[in-house]
Amino acid sequence: MNKENIKMMDIKNIVLRFGGVVAIQNISFDIFKGEIRAIIGPNGAGKSSMLNVINGFYHPQEGEVWFRGKKRGSMKPYQIAHQGIARTFQNIALFKGMTALDNIMTGRFTHMKKGIFSQMIWEGGASREEYENREVVEKVIDFLEIQHIRKTPVGALPYGLQKRVELGRALAAEPELLLLDEPMAGMNVEEKEDMSRYILDVNSEFETTVALIEHDMGVVMDISDRVVVMDYGKKIGDGTPDEVRNNQAVIDAYLGVSEH
Amino acid sequence: MLYREVGEFKTSYAQDSQTFPIKFDKYRYYFVVLVGLLFVPFVINDYWANAVFLPFLIYAIASLGLNILTGYCGQVSLGTGGFMAVGAYASYKLMTAFPDLNILIIVLLSGVITAFVGTLFGLPSLRIKGFYLAVATLAAQFFLIWLFNKVGWFYNYSATGMITSPDRSFGNFLITGPNATPASKYLFCFFFVFLLAWIARNLTRGKIGRSWMAIRDMDIAAEIIGVNPLIAKLSAFAISSFYVGIAGALFFSVYLGAVEVTEAFSIQKSFIVLFMVIIGGLGSIFGSFAGAAFMVLLPVALKNLLVLQFGWPVDIAAHFEFIIIGGLIIFFLIVEPHGLAQLWNLLKQKLRIWPFPY
Ligand SMILES: Nc1ncnc2c1ncn2[C@@H]1O[C@H](COP(=O)(O)OP(=O)(O)OP(=O)(O)O)[C@@H](O)[C@H]1O
Ligand SMILES: [Mg+2]
Repeated sequence: MNKENIKMMDIKNIVLRFGGVVAIQNISFDIFKGEIRAIIGPNGAGKSSMLNVINGFYHPQEGEVWFRGKKRGSMKPYQIAHQGIARTFQNIALFKGMTALDNIMTGRFTHMKKGIFSQMIWEGGASREEYENREVVEKVIDFLEIQHIRKTPVGALPYGLQKRVELGRALAAEPELLLLDEPMAGMNVEEKEDMSRYILDVNSEFETTVALIEHDMGVVMDISDRVVVMDYGKKIGDGTPDEVRNNQAVIDAYLGVSEH
Repeated sequence: MLYREVGEFKTSYAQDSQTFPIKFDKYRYYFVVLVGLLFVPFVINDYWANAVFLPFLIYAIASLGLNILTGYCGQVSLGTGGFMAVGAYASYKLMTAFPDLNILIIVLLSGVITAFVGTLFGLPSLRIKGFYLAVATLAAQFFLIWLFNKVGWFYNYSATGMITSPDRSFGNFLITGPNATPASKYLFCFFFVFLLAWIARNLTRGKIGRSWMAIRDMDIAAEIIGVNPLIAKLSAFAISSFYVGIAGALFFSVYLGAVEVTEAFSIQKSFIVLFMVIIGGLGSIFGSFAGAAFMVLLPVALKNLLVLQFGWPVDIAAHFEFIIIGGLIIFFLIVEPHGLAQLWNLLKQKLRIWPFPY
């Protein structure tokens, strides 16, 4: 793969504490424009916390986040969404009372600019904007092959499809940076293959930068360009899949031999 | 075979997102509007206006308002009575302070004033949720009623403490005061219902409606799609209160004509409107109407049936009404949170495949 190595995101010396617990201990890494960057590590390593720092749910006590060459001040998650960062959650976070279509439409929120009075009148401005965005959403629906569940309330969908709808909501935002927290957790082999294909396609077709957390090593090694390895809040490895695979600290952490 | 979507292929997103995707529904809607406009005004009398049509129309507005806040945005409010009082007193102060101001403008302005007050009392929703928010809005209810009762300026220091609506007309038609005809009062309220239902429908089918529902269903996920919770919640409070304020203004100026605040806008009003929303269907425009119709018609129907037909004592019939409403609330909360609107949809689903279910 021919990535230009432009830093889209630069994470510098992040320290995140919850009372006595240090979830992230002085971690730095970067994400290149256009790459698929994996974050791996055992349970409780601080991976999800890292995504929460990136998209603004957690505010680290120390360290800096640089995005598109600029240092980011303290921002709320919704402001970060408007900067073009979308994500999915480890535990599905869909809008249970809405259909799959409406859930994915919510992903277009940052692209819809019409004011409240235009929405009140609907005809003309707001409706046109709605249909334009609906077209984008239909493309996402086609891409993820979920046409048949468009009008189904998401609560009634099986787990695998819910994960897909959640990915759809994130994709509908046409993000520059897509954060995926264990997109394949709880899936069977076939579903994992589908999901991997979607991630690869999004990355290559739309040049979306992807940062993902995943426990399935096979998948991670297959689809990612570079991997960060975390353990107990520390970074213990960083590099291409091959480099990481042969890193002794990583092997130890995964085999649990570091204990003695 | 009447009720079909067969042969109605949707070829554009505009068609797919219409209010009434099935032609028959659209025709029924036109029919109701036409009857409401061209038939009812000519036959309406005082009894029908006061017992059925005016309360139904006005409660429908209040219930649309509360449904926006509670059904769509998920913010529970027990302050509806208090906010209706704000609308009522705003219209009274405006009518007496500006005698030349058109009644239409007065009612709209009363809604705007209530929107501001509602937004103010909605501020706690940024910090607290659910039960605690309900208690906060309850506090608003009691505070507002206390305020209108205590501060003479609000009722222009009248000796009785009541407010009485002066005569105001729209064009040549008297709308308020004892001499207004049932038809003109009815049509005036009808206009607001029509306008506000249309606006509610438009708001809830687009971006802002989805931002409310996102906050309702999962506020954390709402933030990651870019919804500012502050704007989503406060806009729901503002628009909801705008509706409730207009309902309050109409309730006082057009329907009752004279109001004693602790009687007309007590906590009981808050509950009645909340019951309408629950029985009719949380998060449904049609449900707001169904709930309002149900709660207005039930006492009338029971009185006609039990008292006039079966000769039950009035107080027993009234207790019976409470039992029915209580039972229905429990039923809908547990079994069918989407209320009458959902039952109606299920019926339509059945109709769609009737008479050949396979
Ligand atoms: N909001 C919070 N409050 C307190 N502690 C937290 C919070 N969020 C995370 N932690 C703690 O931070 C540590 C890292 O948690 P995190 O969820 O980031 O791990 P993870 O690597 O995503 O694990 P998993 O693979 O199980 O998802 C854990 O010890 C966790 O208990
Ligand atoms: Mg995690």
